[in-house]
Amino acid sequence: MTDAVLETRGLSKTFLGFTAVDGVDLSVQRGHIHALIGPNGAGKTTLFNLLTRFLEPSAGEIRFDGTAVTALPPRQVARRGMVRSFQISAVFAGLSVLDNVRVALQRKLGLSLHFWRSVRVLDQINEQALAILDQVGLAELANEAAGALPYGRKRALELATTLAMDPVLMLLDEPTQGMGYEDVDRVTSLIKKISAGRTVLMVEHNMKVVASIADTLSVLQRGRLLATGSYQEVSANEEVIRAYLGGGRRGGTAA
Amino acid sequence: MTASFTSRRISPRASAYALLLIALIAAPWVGLYPVLGTKILCYALFACAFHLLLGYTGLASLGHAAFLGVGGYLAGYGVKAWALPPELALLAGLAAGALLGLVIGFISIRRSGIYFTMITLALAQMVYFLCVQIPQTGGEDGLQGIDRGLLFGVLDLRDDTAMYYTVLVIAVACFLFIARVVYSPFGQALQAIKDNEPRAISLGYHPPHYKLIVFILSAALTGLAGALKAISLGFVTLSDVHWMTSGHALLMTLVGGMGILSGPVVGALALVVLENKMGELGTLIAGATGIAWFTTLGESVMMVMGIVFVICVLAFRRGIMGEVVALQQRRRGTPASSSTTSASREPQP
Repeated sequence: MTDAVLETRGLSKTFLGFTAVDGVDLSVQRGHIHALIGPNGAGKTTLFNLLTRFLEPSAGEIRFDGTAVTALPPRQVARRGMVRSFQISAVFAGLSVLDNVRVALQRKLGLSLHFWRSVRVLDQINEQALAILDQVGLAELANEAAGALPYGRKRALELATTLAMDPVLMLLDEPTQGMGYEDVDRVTSLIKKISAGRTVLMVEHNMKVVASIADTLSVLQRGRLLATGSYQEVSANEEVIRAYLGGGRRGGTAA
Repeated sequence: MTASFTSRRISPRASAYALLLIALIAAPWVGLYPVLGTKILCYALFACAFHLLLGYTGLASLGHAAFLGVGGYLAGYGVKAWALPPELALLAGLAAGALLGLVIGFISIRRSGIYFTMITLALAQMVYFLCVQIPQTGGEDGLQGIDRGLLFGVLDLRDDTAMYYTVLVIAVACFLFIARVVYSPFGQALQAIKDNEPRAISLGYHPPHYKLIVFILSAALTGLAGALKAISLGFVTLSDVHWMTSGHALLMTLVGGMGILSGPVVGALALVVLENKMGELGTLIAGATGIAWFTTLGESVMMVMGIVFVICVLAFRRGIMGEVVALQQRRRGTPASSSTTSASREPQP
């Protein structure tokens, strides 16, 4: 048996009769970068929301790191080490870059409800926060307002904040979405770099990114898992070709 | 908010606060009627407490009149019926605000945006009708002739100047407390929740805990403001629990500048002075322009308030202090667009 950090059994979500995620059996290997691909509306983000418990599954179960997390609230899932990012850049715009990372670190210190203490007690985690910012190349911008960063930097900051949780499994929802070539390359190598010693499950549309860093691919279509395997295996799969290229009409997508 | 961030910005800000404090201390000696000063400070505290919730948590409550009124009623009733000394009456007002805040907060914080606002309004209206019905509040008459008494058995608050300084000390202490809450680890978490709640959850936070705590703090300070007002002015009426008083707090905050600690203080100052001096102002304008109609301005306070609100929303949305901060930043060469966010997170003096 291989070592799966995340496993789902028959995971389903139905919205008023519409089945967005349909009996998904997903298994994510520890240490892998696992990409989740599929056409728009395939249920990728819904699946993410189910895994992190932002949505309640209609059926099925989720096991993370050996325990069932199906019934836990989202904050508990996060505290156990399955930390997600969001499709739309999610930084805390009113905080500085450094404070964005500190907010992720401070909860573990047990100080977060201490409204009577000065914010200076958080200076003890500055070094740790700066080290994380350094990993994503944002250390020099530590004192800038996060809301004023350019888009690509915001995504990098989001990764830093996610990293600050010291996650076992990072779930990245379209980390390169809406980026120019330069930013895509930078974020791709960044993901590769920070994935050392961790597991990453990412939704990604950019096949170049997927081909270059993903160890495993899963293809989702209309809420169902079509195939899982290496890039070569999956791209040779008949069903996947049909789903993506619309029954072999190659000209349709080339345009 | 690292060391360099602090040292770069602290001096002009600290000196402005020092000037304001000196002005407040000197005010009774340079002609400010102490009772008006007391009233301004009570409303400033009310607005600051309201702003803790709106400016730093993003929750717009329309129920704060309930905390102000109940705090005032309990303090006033305590003095009249149980002969409480002023310090205990003030504590009673604080506790009443906190307790009512716990109840109303517990129910309302589960919702956000307009739903939160509507729930706070509805619950506060229930408190209003309760205050109309029960005999202890004096119904339409309210509580009149509340004796100020001796603070800690020594300081005679019947002296207007002594009362003013007592209120000043309490208001400044509360302001510093609010500044501490905003610039605490808790305040950082609040800002994160305000900016992006799902993201905060994904970092392991449980927003309802934070919102309930800040709601109770805000309600407790509002209750204290109500008690201070009751004792210093000597009366509590139904208008203190009326929803329009909640609207007043909102107006003061918006006029003064949201997201800036000193904003609501300036807003309260501007509006209370405007409200109280409207008649004189009208006479003045009438004398200057020769239009007799302006002498009636004192009777149309609501209309003028409405106009102030419209002007504020249309012309200077950042509020008085927001414009001041933006002006400073433009001089320093930083873009004005980020002014509201960075200003709100500047360190305390």
